[in-house]
Amino acid sequence: MSIFVDENTKVIVQGLTGSQGRFHGLRNRDYGTKIVAGVTPGKGGSDVDGIPVFNSVVEAVAATGASASFIVVPPMFAAAAILEAAAGGITFIVCITEGIPAHDEAVTYNRLVEDFPGVRLLGPNCPGIISPGKCNIGITSGDIALPGGPVGIVSRSGTLTYQALHELSQQGIGQTTCVGIGGDPVPGTNFIDCLAAFQDDPETKAVMMIGEIGGSEEERAAEWIKAHMTKPVVAYIAGVTAPAGRKMGHAGAIISGSKGTAQAKMDALREAGVYVCQNPTEAGAKMVEIVHAMGL
Amino acid sequence: MTPVILVVTEKSVVDLFEYQGKQYFERYDIPTPVGDVADSVEQALAVAEGIGYPVVLKAQVKVGGRGKAGGVKVATNAAEVLEHANAILGLDIKGHVVERLWVEEASSIAREYYASFTLDRANKTHLGMLSAQGGVEIEVVAEENPDAIAFLSIDPVRGLDLATARRWVHEAELDEPAREQAAELLVRLYRCYVEGDCDLAEINPLIMTPDFVVKALDAKVTLDENASFRHPEWNAFRATDTTDPREIMAREKGLNYIGLDGTVGIIANGAGLAMSTLDVVNQVGGTAANFLDIGGGANADVMAAALEVINADPKVRVIFVNIFGGITRVDDVANGVLEALRRVHIASPIVLRLDGTNALLGREILEPYLSDTLITEPTMVEAARRAVAFTQGA
Repeated sequence: MSIFVDENTKVIVQGLTGSQGRFHGLRNRDYGTKIVAGVTPGKGGSDVDGIPVFNSVVEAVAATGASASFIVVPPMFAAAAILEAAAGGITFIVCITEGIPAHDEAVTYNRLVEDFPGVRLLGPNCPGIISPGKCNIGITSGDIALPGGPVGIVSRSGTLTYQALHELSQQGIGQTTCVGIGGDPVPGTNFIDCLAAFQDDPETKAVMMIGEIGGSEEERAAEWIKAHMTKPVVAYIAGVTAPAGRKMGHAGAIISGSKGTAQAKMDALREAGVYVCQNPTEAGAKMVEIVHAMGL
Repeated sequence: MTPVILVVTEKSVVDLFEYQGKQYFERYDIPTPVGDVADSVEQALAVAEGIGYPVVLKAQVKVGGRGKAGGVKVATNAAEVLEHANAILGLDIKGHVVERLWVEEASSIAREYYASFTLDRANKTHLGMLSAQGGVEIEVVAEENPDAIAFLSIDPVRGLDLATARRWVHEAELDEPAREQAAELLVRLYRCYVEGDCDLAEINPLIMTPDFVVKALDAKVTLDENASFRHPEWNAFRATDTTDPREIMAREKGLNYIGLDGTVGIIANGAGLAMSTLDVVNQVGGTAANFLDIGGGANADVMAAALEVINADPKVRVIFVNIFGGITRVDDVANGVLEALRRVHIASPIVLRLDGTNALLGREILEPYLSDTLITEPTMVEAARRAVAFTQGA
């Protein structure tokens, strides 16, 4: 099984007529994803390589029965596109847009929670989600993923998401689903959402988690793992030797309740029983060892 | 203990100088002392004479502890202005050389408070912090006397209204005569924080004068660079605040670069992979000369620019290019490397690790050019070892 999406998920692409939307939308379709429509205001009635384009999400959903949307629009239009998708009946939204103002993200997140509690947003500023062999929504190169499980991947960093897939696929270890949650200040989906879904997914036997410095999401995930997770988790946190960058505002440091360093995150995860590795290759090797020990 | 958060991944914020923060506050009618900037002793005197004595001269640097370092002085006459301006301009405060002063009317202080708004990432709401104990580092208050801070969680959809602000100043136990003014100021500060797209809007101290006037004596404002498309007024804030010539060159070329002290020049795509590359270089015994994320969708031009910036760093002994193609296509990266080699003489050997979108094509493009100084390795760790070996050999 996969989490959040599967081979039956029907997907619309908001921004399909743009160069990025076209490139990735068609690439996702080539992978086998059911890309059923595009949405671009003012371009309804046209098509992109045979995919019908509608003026609004409501029209696209009515015509196709889509439940998921892939948003590839510039940052100034992204917040409105997300809310349009939710209001139009979409329940799973993937937004890869980078550079959305933090205040727009905060308002959008809270509007979704308050007005559309059944909607899940992945991102913004994330590589998307791939359930190998079934569905690929986003910018991940499909050929680096291997179908069949048994590992679930959740990652905050874009490129390291690919690295994690690559490390496992190279060793013949498949993935159930790989979720890139993105590193923006207000992510729609966090580590815990994904860990919980993997914990409930019978085909996922182990989880690889890729975090990075800053914020306190990894520490929160560690607490959740300690309390709820029975499946093995392997983690890598990028930034152990990162330069001390800008010192965040005093207020930010207080509320995060964490130093945000790689060391603090690794300590919290280790304390929760997670196998913490020093680099992506080591994390891949550790996961291979765990999967083989399970007899898989 | 000062909590330091490492945020190399967050390239998208702009810290303002105090004077810029105060000017930003003025746009939202937040009261601040009358003042102006001065870049020379003569200017400082002219500003002081215009305001009238006493005045305060404040060093404009983006680092804490100015007062202790001698960067903040009161002047009661022209002679003192000359003396202090002379002393402060050019002063080195923790590596930041003072090039500009803010000269403002001296304020009499009866009480010092603290106020700020920032994003509470964990709860995905805005967070206001208000304390009757201002003028000291708020981390210290948070640690020693957490009850002295009144926290207010604000739903970004609903915002902050005056009635809530009135309850808040009461809860924070601000002095009675300051409360109404403070409540109004907080609503304005929230407006500045939201409409002004601040990552942080902080006043410490927020003061009440002996005649019960409330105003912002300091301003710490951090802007969210992602919102710059709707703030043309921010152009004035973008003046460079780095003196590292490598960083200035990188900025001119639009690269996300941070200079370090090591010998392995690093180019990677994606902040996470770039950080991971630093980790791996360190783990195999090397030291990174820089952090450089060429981002998603990097093309040949970006790659060439990145190599040129690193090539200009005299400490660099080897360049490690670590690319995992996603949006970025590895064939573009390969072409960029060849383009850079044609454009400039690259002094150091280059070790490449290329994977992801069009990796095979990229490796094929480089194949005819491979040599003792242009090398590809199949994995990140092997490439790091190979690169570090160059820094250790003769």
